[in-house]
Amino acid sequence: MVLSYTMPAFVIERDLSRCISCQVCVRQCANDVHVYDIEDDCVHSQDAQCVGCHRCVTLCPTHALSVQRNPLAFRAHANWSDQALRNIYRQAESGGMLLTGMGCDQPYRIYWDHMLLNASQVTNPSIDPMREPMELTTYLGAKPERVAFSDGRVETEVAPQLRLDVPIMFSAMSYGSISFNACESLARASREAGTFYNTGEGGLHPALYQYGANTIAQVASGRFGVHLEYLNAVAALEIKIGQGAKPGIGGHLPGEKVTPDISATRMIPVGTDALSPAPHHDIYSIEDLRQLIYALKEATGYAKPVSVKVAAVHNIAPIASGIVRAGADIVAIDGLRGGTGAAPTQVRNNVGIPIELALAAVDQRLRDEGIRHRASLVVAGSIRSSADVIKAIALGADAVYVATSALVAMGCHLCQNCYTGKCNWGIATQDPYLTKRLNSDLGAQRLTNLLRAWSLEIKEMMGGMGLNAIESLRGHRDHLRGVGLNQVELDTLGIRAAGQ
Amino acid sequence: MKRIVIHEEHCIGCRLCEVHCLVQHSSSRDVIKAYRRERALIMPRLIVEESGPLSFALQCRQCDEPSCLEACISGAMHRDERTGAVVCDESRCVGCWMCIMVCPAGAIRQNLLGTHIASKCDLCYGAEEPACVANCPNGALTYEDIPDQEEGAA
Repeated sequence: MVLSYTMPAFVIERDLSRCISCQVCVRQCANDVHVYDIEDDCVHSQDAQCVGCHRCVTLCPTHALSVQRNPLAFRAHANWSDQALRNIYRQAESGGMLLTGMGCDQPYRIYWDHMLLNASQVTNPSIDPMREPMELTTYLGAKPERVAFSDGRVETEVAPQLRLDVPIMFSAMSYGSISFNACESLARASREAGTFYNTGEGGLHPALYQYGANTIAQVASGRFGVHLEYLNAVAALEIKIGQGAKPGIGGHLPGEKVTPDISATRMIPVGTDALSPAPHHDIYSIEDLRQLIYALKEATGYAKPVSVKVAAVHNIAPIASGIVRAGADIVAIDGLRGGTGAAPTQVRNNVGIPIELALAAVDQRLRDEGIRHRASLVVAGSIRSSADVIKAIALGADAVYVATSALVAMGCHLCQNCYTGKCNWGIATQDPYLTKRLNSDLGAQRLTNLLRAWSLEIKEMMGGMGLNAIESLRGHRDHLRGVGLNQVELDTLGIRAAGQ
Repeated sequence: MKRIVIHEEHCIGCRLCEVHCLVQHSSSRDVIKAYRRERALIMPRLIVEESGPLSFALQCRQCDEPSCLEACISGAMHRDERTGAVVCDESRCVGCWMCIMVCPAGAIRQNLLGTHIASKCDLCYGAEEPACVANCPNGALTYEDIPDQEEGAA
């Protein structure tokens, strides 16, 4: 089509009194937005190609650049938003499905922001974490029915557990969807902080086997890179059934991202599309799931916990119950706002339920059925701060998975164009010019700093509530109160309204 | 002595090192003024080499036995007593370019813009950290204590 009806989403403002034509912006933009004009010795910008990732703005040595949303892009109103109009123009031009990256960006209610934490006053003492020890250590895995002692020693055999120094893990992002340097940053930070990262479904690069003790290896529907050595190199396994950003559909890593290294790691030919089927072709029931769980346990000598990851959907409570009964040691639930490297826009924005409601429903259901102890509960889907972590644990989670927060810590600016493979921050790309931009030493340092900062804040808030161990907070919903929620929402979350 | 170490695997070819090198050697030390008023006369004292995705910023390697110092016909090239860096005394340099001929790293360039003398890294006059190192956004340059590089290499 000759004329596009879409208009630039962003406007680039270049302060000519500051621009020195050093061309750092020209070199840093993979979308070719900035072009140096040698005749006039100045830099021009093509607004239409800008994705708003702010790489140029961040690196400009004179702060001459700013990127703004295009204020009057379309004749939008409350019903026909900019985005709705843009999507139709784009589809009318391309005839294709709209793709996007990262988590749902629609204004659904974020329940974390409608829950408030408690603090001790007068009748119970708060604890100063600067003076007294605070315990964040968390063990993930099936807990025994009862503990038997004999001669003062524990007789009960405890199922394999994962020991976390902080109740925060990095969720699944495959080598392929993100760069090797990003994977290495996550692996190194996990070792440094005493937690775990997840390989996603892309297998494990040989150079990352050294971080096996801090690695959770995923087995997904595509079975990419799954072999015995892979399963045995890591601390835990995860069967991925679903992903919060795209419940019910599979994945597709385009062939151009399947470099020789990724091909070897995934065990597929170079340049071929890596297609993850929507379902596991061997799982059509809870019984089938149980078979795979035990196949993995058998393969690894019953020495590692097996997690099952599902997307938060309408009947998540009975689904989770089935997963626990199938023998999973950990149930990971990924909510509506969970991220992705690529998903159809409409699926991402309209399928699934918020993690807060799913978590409350699952925790309650497992308690009601008396099987909560048989599996740990890990939640994901936009945990944005230490406050979200602590609220999730108070609602009943054992630990949380973070991915978007981790990517942001490494430089992601949430432009949502991961699927284009042109990530200017060197994260969601395999282009050797771009992957260099993430130095894994710096990436690991930033991630470690983030986990440290969040741990300090969690300890501070726990101390305020008069708690000195994260265990005491788990499922303690009396520490939460709702604001601006209706009775059904309060009942689903299992919390009282503020003031009650 | 402290030397600049190049980590080419982290160099992203943004050339911010060039920008900050030039500013550091300008009279105003202000990025905008340096480019607006002095760009015609001064140049960065490092060279960014690029070949495909591989790139790195090259500065004088600060040899222990510098060939440029031996080859210099006017005595301009000398070792700064305070910092230990090999530097070019601009008032004595006659622009014969012998240093450029003999430099094994190719780290010296002609400054044909104004002064017509040899342009090379001076480790930012003994600064705590040279400008290129301090402003590299990806840790591709570090400033490390490396006692004797010839011995280390042997």
